[in-house]
Amino acid sequence: MSNENLKRVVIEPVTRVEGHGKVSLLLDKDNQVKQARLHIVEFRGFERFIQGRPYWEAPVIVQRLCGICPVSHHLAAAKAMDVIVGADKLTPTAEKMRRLMHYGQTFQSHVLHFFHLCSPDLLFGFDADPAIRNVIGIIKKYPELAKQGVLMRKYGQEIIKATAGKKIHGTGAIPGGVNKNLSIEERDVFLKDIEQMVEWAKGALKIAKDYTVENLDSIASFGSFDSSHLSIVREDGALDLYNGGLRAITKDGEKIFDHFNNQKYHEQIAEEVKSWSYMKFPFIKSIGPENGWYRVGPLARINACDFIDTPLAEAERAEFMAITEGKPNNITMAYHWTRMIETLHSIEKIRDLLNDEDLQGTDLVVKGKRREEGVGIIEAPRGTLFHHYKVDEKDQITMCNLIVSTTSNNIPMNTAVERVAQEYISGKPEITEGLLNRIEVAIRAYDPCLSCATHAMGQMPLIVSMFDYEGKLIDKKAK
Amino acid sequence: MTSSPKKVLLIGFGNPGRLDDGLGPALAEAIENLNLLGVTVDSDYQLTVEDASQISEHNVVIFADASTNCDEPYIFREIKPKTDISFSSHSISPENVLGLSEELFAAKTQGFVLEIRGYDFNEFGQKLSSKAQDNLIDAVEFVKAKLVELTKENDKS
Repeated sequence: MSNENLKRVVIEPVTRVEGHGKVSLLLDKDNQVKQARLHIVEFRGFERFIQGRPYWEAPVIVQRLCGICPVSHHLAAAKAMDVIVGADKLTPTAEKMRRLMHYGQTFQSHVLHFFHLCSPDLLFGFDADPAIRNVIGIIKKYPELAKQGVLMRKYGQEIIKATAGKKIHGTGAIPGGVNKNLSIEERDVFLKDIEQMVEWAKGALKIAKDYTVENLDSIASFGSFDSSHLSIVREDGALDLYNGGLRAITKDGEKIFDHFNNQKYHEQIAEEVKSWSYMKFPFIKSIGPENGWYRVGPLARINACDFIDTPLAEAERAEFMAITEGKPNNITMAYHWTRMIETLHSIEKIRDLLNDEDLQGTDLVVKGKRREEGVGIIEAPRGTLFHHYKVDEKDQITMCNLIVSTTSNNIPMNTAVERVAQEYISGKPEITEGLLNRIEVAIRAYDPCLSCATHAMGQMPLIVSMFDYEGKLIDKKAK
Repeated sequence: MTSSPKKVLLIGFGNPGRLDDGLGPALAEAIENLNLLGVTVDSDYQLTVEDASQISEHNVVIFADASTNCDEPYIFREIKPKTDISFSSHSISPENVLGLSEELFAAKTQGFVLEIRGYDFNEFGQKLSSKAQDNLIDAVEFVKAKLVELTKENDKS
């Protein structure tokens, strides 16, 4: 960046041991926010690390990428390896076991985010005392709600364990299928509590919906902006978190591309590297790097799909879309409502699957004509996740390219932070509690993965730094 | 009032795909293989809120994790429940998860942390450094004796 009134801010590499979210705000001479940037750790070295490993190890190894959403990486890699081994159609048992694992993952991930990360914002307000505006505050004031969150999360985690085999480095999905089915005993344990889970999911959704509708005037502009949206959708246009073709729509809902073949995603999506970030910046090629960025995740998925194939979630989707008269909703805070629509959808899907005898089938793996290249795309809780591999004749991986959800939401999150910072700066060159809170709320709407795969004892704070027009650090706060 | 032996939960956490960050799960695996009576062993990439539910079903919980800077070869300390949970990220500390267990499930579980000194965290790889491996051996011996001692005690609650 070059401007006589502004100086370039050099961002120091953040520690690789703990994942930090770092925000830098650059002011102009009038102490207004000229630019805001969110810096998130991403380990691009993984794509090189996996080269030379046998392809069948990929679905297990990729779980090293992230301790928060290992299941998504596990399944995306397995889908890519299905292509490598020529498994163009999995057995019903294999596909349904994987779907059960995936809906369990989405359910528990969304629940954790809603009950323990975002509900304090919604139930106490952005300006509530930080000593109260946290999960303990929720426990004190809404103990039943907090307990529901823990037990729903546990339910999803147990489904992952039953389908993936274990919590760490699960092995359930393998190239061409799965290595286990669901026993009657396992199924019955989950069926016992399923109706309770559906009811609790409906209750949580109501909180997110009521909050959005009641505060629509004040949150409509909060960190909001028009954008394109991207997700996979089923052949008939239904929301499908596990499989489908790529669809991108404009801010008005016009299709940029639709039902695009996953294997050729690189014909539509390219990635740019910027000097100030370790992260890549994906964009839609036909629009170009400047304006081709897009949003992914629950908001993008609900905007992009034509309908949801489970009745309770579909009724909620229709209500959500009515707010914007059927057009895409570009309100950043609407992510919470859509996340809870997907939570309800996931538990409806889990209920359907648990009642499906195919889960007890024994035909688990198929294979076909071996290929040298494969792409697996899945809708991870935070958005579209791309895994792309090339494998040589010795079965060794020679190329790997990953586009993770938080990367796709990179520009949107930066834009949201910038909007909020511009709106809520006090006029003085300082980071006030109100500004810090709102930056955090805007980032949290996207549920970014601020963590990396390693942690050790420690915290993962959000650090906000403010620089004056000469690039001098004038304030720094963490929480 | 009847009393029964204490129930102990050991949670080893960390990412085995990140070298010494896998010390916690490695310790959990070693202890699980001992099949000690009255001891439940669990492991995960990180602590999570639902651990609060399982903790509430035990008298004692030991959290085992790698540490970047603790004294060698390990430190073992008692912790108290804390209720100052930051919610910027998905991480949750042993003190916080113990606090959740107390708040949500009225648990009176006694908590300990075992920090095992690690050295290499910054690369991908499923192998402990040799110094971390040595520290793990010491830690396993210590925890084994500690667990035997704890499970001999009676639950007087």
